[in-house]
Amino acid sequence: MTSQVETAANESVNLQPAQETLLKLQNVSKTFPGVKALDGVDLDVRAGEVHALLGENGAGKSTLMKILAGIYQPDGGEVILEGQRVQMTSPIEARDHGVLLIHQELSLVPDMTVAENVFLGNMPRFANMFVNNRHLNDRCGEILTRLNCKFEPTERLGNLSIANQQMVEIARALVFQPKVVVFDEPTASLTDYEKVVLFGVIRELRESGTGIVYISHRMDEIFELSDRISVLRDGTYQGTFETAQTNEDEVTQRMIGRDLDADIQHQPPELGPTALAVQGLAIEGLYSDISFDVRAGEVVGFYGLVGAGRTEVMETIFGLRKADAGSVQVQGEDLPISSPSDAIDQGLGLVPESRKEQGLVLGMSCKDNTTLANISKFTKYGWIDTAAERTIFEEYMEKLRIKCPGWEYETLNLSGGNQQKVVIGKWLSTSPKILILDEPTRGIDVGSKSEIHHLIRELAKTGLAVIVVSSEMPEVLTVSDRIVAMYDGRITQCFDRSEVTEDSLIRAITGQNT
Amino acid sequence: MKALLGSFRPGSKNSELSPLQFFGKHGISVAFVLCVVIFSLATDRFLSADNFFTVVMQASIIGTIALGVTFVVIGGNLDLSVGSLLSFATVLVVDLHDKVGPGTAIILMFVFTLLIGAVNGYLIGYLRLNSLIVTLGMLSAIQGITLVYSGGKNVDISDQENTWFAFFGREEFLGIPIPALIFIVLGIALQIVLLKSGFGRKIFAIGGNGTAALFSGLRRNRLVFSTYLLSAFTTGCAALILGSRVMGSQNNVGEGYELLVLAGVILGGTSLLGGSGSIIRTVIGVLILAMIQNGLLLLGYPYYTQWLVTWVVIIVAVWLDIAAKRGKLLSTY
Repeated sequence: MTSQVETAANESVNLQPAQETLLKLQNVSKTFPGVKALDGVDLDVRAGEVHALLGENGAGKSTLMKILAGIYQPDGGEVILEGQRVQMTSPIEARDHGVLLIHQELSLVPDMTVAENVFLGNMPRFANMFVNNRHLNDRCGEILTRLNCKFEPTERLGNLSIANQQMVEIARALVFQPKVVVFDEPTASLTDYEKVVLFGVIRELRESGTGIVYISHRMDEIFELSDRISVLRDGTYQGTFETAQTNEDEVTQRMIGRDLDADIQHQPPELGPTALAVQGLAIEGLYSDISFDVRAGEVVGFYGLVGAGRTEVMETIFGLRKADAGSVQVQGEDLPISSPSDAIDQGLGLVPESRKEQGLVLGMSCKDNTTLANISKFTKYGWIDTAAERTIFEEYMEKLRIKCPGWEYETLNLSGGNQQKVVIGKWLSTSPKILILDEPTRGIDVGSKSEIHHLIRELAKTGLAVIVVSSEMPEVLTVSDRIVAMYDGRITQCFDRSEVTEDSLIRAITGQNT
Repeated sequence: MKALLGSFRPGSKNSELSPLQFFGKHGISVAFVLCVVIFSLATDRFLSADNFFTVVMQASIIGTIALGVTFVVIGGNLDLSVGSLLSFATVLVVDLHDKVGPGTAIILMFVFTLLIGAVNGYLIGYLRLNSLIVTLGMLSAIQGITLVYSGGKNVDISDQENTWFAFFGREEFLGIPIPALIFIVLGIALQIVLLKSGFGRKIFAIGGNGTAALFSGLRRNRLVFSTYLLSAFTTGCAALILGSRVMGSQNNVGEGYELLVLAGVILGGTSLLGGSGSIIRTVIGVLILAMIQNGLLLLGYPYYTQWLVTWVVIIVAVWLDIAAKRGKLLSTY
């Protein structure tokens, strides 16, 4: 091992360029109906490097990766692997060429064992028919050891944590001894410790000469891990930087094409009357004794770990769950909320945690999604007033700067940030008094994120009472006037923005006594 | 028409569509025209006004049922009970005709038919049971109920000449047979409801993404319930046509209709996953099936060939639909 590294080091002195180029994309273009997803993009990946790919949502990262993985075919340009021009027309072909994509969404079978998942579609067989389980488990065990995994090959996959399932996904790629591995947002659902383990694995792959493409929105990770950074913006190539010779500001500017002004000026809000008052809310086994209030014009952040019960509290307030105890008062009135439509009638809005599963009907147009929550306002004697619908959508398209070819465009084809804006537009169009946003910027690029943060502050200024549930501390600190910390189903502490420190916040959400 | 078929999309011109995508979008219309042309050339009787109304008459019973079932399918469910519901409703209306008079018979028939639809709707909408299992069970349950009711005997109307009940199946208005008229008027009305009413929009939403619809304040259970009422209602209308035309009924007159209905809906391109579909396309789908049936008979093939041909047509339709979405005819993996 040491000698190999030394040879590599010696070569790098003698040879230019330093490392061998494994994979090269030249002038690649791809057009979808109505959208030019990629326009003349170049990318080269060297053996033994981590090459980060950066871009806002909708910049074309995913399209580029799907071309690499053989899921899409480029309209123009070429893919060159180890000096040979290749055409990859299916994921299997890409795999045979040694290019493997580790998906953002896991594609595993929960009811099979770890080993079966690792060798899925590639089972070592006996007499071409029978699977030798012991052999399978042994080989899987070797790979798991290499990845420092603590679970057994015979474990049922569904019993593993998301992080460990991700390891299984990586193990599955390693079976093919890949030349290039593409990681698409691998840390989105990992804890800090799991992240460290994953980075160790990625570094080990790099040492062994694999070329790694790493896609992430998280700047700190990219600077920690990568050797070079390539930036995409609106489907065009913005250049490649040596990580050691650049900084966050430079790449961010390249990525969004403008300066971010992330600092939101906090003026003391002008508070109106109490809009929402929650008293002693509880559901057995989920959370207990939740009491807080939100005043008009105020943003209250709910901060805590995943599973602390924040989402469940919000869903109860919104009428999606039935509380065992406690009361919810909206604008001083104690009306029962037993369904979301009751909640909407009382002026509540909920931008849910998962925009694809809970927020949007993806097959419907932007306009139809925008008016879905208050379609009755747009109907007269049961008939829809389409013109009024269009007007309201176009109003929010402009206000929220939704990038979309038109009102009939299906939300399925929008980027994550724009999808989220449609969901927000949907709720704003109901003219709510209280707006709850659950993880409003999850999986959204820096640019849209900052726009949404500004929007939240603007909304509060107009007298809306806003609740923001978030797992990201910078987000909570940026948007909130007050912060409620939750741990294990209860509220541990409430902070005023002026008195909060990162340290006390961390203590509050991990159940440590302050 | 373009907007009705859902092909409107700003920013993309139709010329950008590949032939396959074009066929995926307009395939049903192409197939319709193709059927007309082929049968017209092959037989000299096909393209006559007389035969045209024969086809529409044949299509009217299955088609009328399919109108309601289209709503169920767009809402993300299935209804397999319509075949035996048709038997039940027809036996009921014919049997009651002599006992209580045509007017009361029709009212009672709709009451009981809607009641069965309500049971389906309650089990699937409110108790959230799987629609395939509920309606498959209902299919045999209603067969049982029908047999118990009729005691296994066929029913008929004694005085067939002098009853205004003949209106629904045997008479014409402005030269158009009443069954065809019922089918056409109901079809146009329901297409407008589907596309232009808040109710139609909500059905698309619950079928497209039930969770998101729930989060948007739609009452999913009530909406699913109402789609089953609707399919029971259109089945009742079909029973009216069938009973009036035959003036009698066997206990199993609707046997196998559920599959023909579903075939028409699928052929019209309504997704079995829910969330997309259109009444007009269902109508064209049903008409294609009826034309094939009619054309094959005119060509002198025995009536059972239509079953095989229908199957082939459906497989080809579904295959082309999926191929258009994939962008190629054969999958490589």
